[in-house]
Amino acid sequence: MQKQAFSTVEQMASATSKLIEDGATVLTGSGLPMIAMALAIRTRTPNVTIIFEAGGIAPQIPVLPISVSDSRTFYKAVMATSLDSVMSTAQQGYVDYGMLGAAQIDMYGNINTTVIGPYDRPKARLPGSGGGNDVGSLCWKTIIIMQQDRKRFVKKLDFLTTPGYLNGPGARERAGLPEGTGPYRVVTQLGVLGFDESTKRMMLLAVHPGVSVEDVKANTDFDLIVPHEVDMTSLPTAEEIRLLHKEIDPSHFVIR
Amino acid sequence: MDVVLKGEGPLLGWHDPDEQRKWIRANKPRRMTDKRMELKQAVSKFVSDGDLLAMGGFGHVRVSMAAIYEMIRQKKRNITLSGKTATHDCDLLVSSGVVSRIEVAYSFGHELRGLSPASRRMVEQGRIQVLGEISNAGVQWRFKAAAMGLPFMPARVMLGTETFAKSSSLVVKDPFSGKNLLLVPACYPDVSFVHAHRCDRFGNSQIDGVSIMDWDLARAARRLIITTEKVVDDDVIRSEPSKTMIPFFCADAVVEVPYGSHPANMPFLYYSDEEHIGEWLKTSKTDAGTEMYFQKYVHDVKGFDEYIELVGGKKKMENLRDIELLKAQTTAPWAE
Repeated sequence: MQKQAFSTVEQMASATSKLIEDGATVLTGSGLPMIAMALAIRTRTPNVTIIFEAGGIAPQIPVLPISVSDSRTFYKAVMATSLDSVMSTAQQGYVDYGMLGAAQIDMYGNINTTVIGPYDRPKARLPGSGGGNDVGSLCWKTIIIMQQDRKRFVKKLDFLTTPGYLNGPGARERAGLPEGTGPYRVVTQLGVLGFDESTKRMMLLAVHPGVSVEDVKANTDFDLIVPHEVDMTSLPTAEEIRLLHKEIDPSHFVIR
Repeated sequence: MDVVLKGEGPLLGWHDPDEQRKWIRANKPRRMTDKRMELKQAVSKFVSDGDLLAMGGFGHVRVSMAAIYEMIRQKKRNITLSGKTATHDCDLLVSSGVVSRIEVAYSFGHELRGLSPASRRMVEQGRIQVLGEISNAGVQWRFKAAAMGLPFMPARVMLGTETFAKSSSLVVKDPFSGKNLLLVPACYPDVSFVHAHRCDRFGNSQIDGVSIMDWDLARAARRLIITTEKVVDDDVIRSEPSKTMIPFFCADAVVEVPYGSHPANMPFLYYSDEEHIGEWLKTSKTDAGTEMYFQKYVHDVKGFDEYIELVGGKKKMENLRDIELLKAQTTAPWAE
């Protein structure tokens, strides 16, 4: 990989911000997903509505929240409500996109945020589902933002916390999950991935500038579908970088 | 309804709805009486070893931290925690030895700040028992079923996952649609603390900003202690009754504790104290550092007022208010 003049975090935020259409509703956590949505609102899609699981609806976020319920998540919001209300809304079908992070992902977009190693005596105990399972179950399209390497893009998860396409086409519906939902994109430091329509398996869509298809394959432990034509994402613009540093995350919690 | 699948997690805090109705009739206050008391008294009276505890708020936001420090000070033990996006609250309760068992929705993490060194160490070394998993909506709807006086609540989450397999939920055939459907069992915590912006002496409580799960939690908990920034005159509540989220008959005690959510955020009043949380994250990397923290901030102070002085007193609280009101910028040692 070539040396880059910007951080991978900025590249991931920029790429993610372009995945949402204007007017959509997005259920997001804090951190990088939040940053990407703040960037989307300030650049291409001003009418995206951000929703936080703890009850903030359409806040005008002044600075990056640290917690998914802190006062920044409902600053000048149209409503400060409850987790019940937000999750019920998602269960009804009002929420277009859900944004998630993950420690591990498999080829069907199932994710693990619970344990690394055996469940009963984990090598690393992670926080668990939180609202992740709910977001991945109920939103129409789920976008996952995470680091990509062979320990994270795995053949078999140590724990299936949040549903992707489970074990293939139709599995979500058979399990009882809402029809027509599931993972939509995976954004990593290497590129943007999607899911093949017929097999529901993960497929490479685009690489970031300076990254090769071979780099992506080398950092994936499962068989990744690689089409003949793979796009390249665009570099973050100077304006995007200014917004990220000066307006969206001025305390540099995530953008370092 | 045919049961299709059964989660293997233990059923925590469930009661038969008729048994619960009788319990409420026999135990909950239905007459408006003055319930004000000292925190020390409220914790010793209403928290018993072995209880199932659920804290209001959400980890670093509007949590009754003063009650957590008091439970640690009184050396409560063998508490089971409902890990409902339990973050700083969970970290302190687990690493101090108060909590020994936990049902996890989100625990052992500090969100953007990273993972919790102290409570993770407790799990990874097998020093506390993780009883099961659930999602945030799952926990919320367990409280909702309880708040409605029902044995369970149907939902369309957790299906097809190991989060379900480790939970106490069921998958059934929905008799209406014929589709698989999740049922989460009602959950009645033995005791809960909710930190409110204001309440009257009877416990009629108002919360500003997001309510998270507290509307349902306040009704689900068998014993509810309201800690509050301010006990106000009865008229204040009666002048804007639509702002009241928790009615007096749910509350068993009222405790006035200004800054009672510190170091967590209290919306509109003070932001989270990231310097203090940063100090905790650093010192709790070892057992010795963890013990030193509790000695300094819990056991060597008489109560919460003295703790507030120790963490910076009035000057500190004014700075946290300025950060909350966006008049000052947040700095966080963990981000450096």
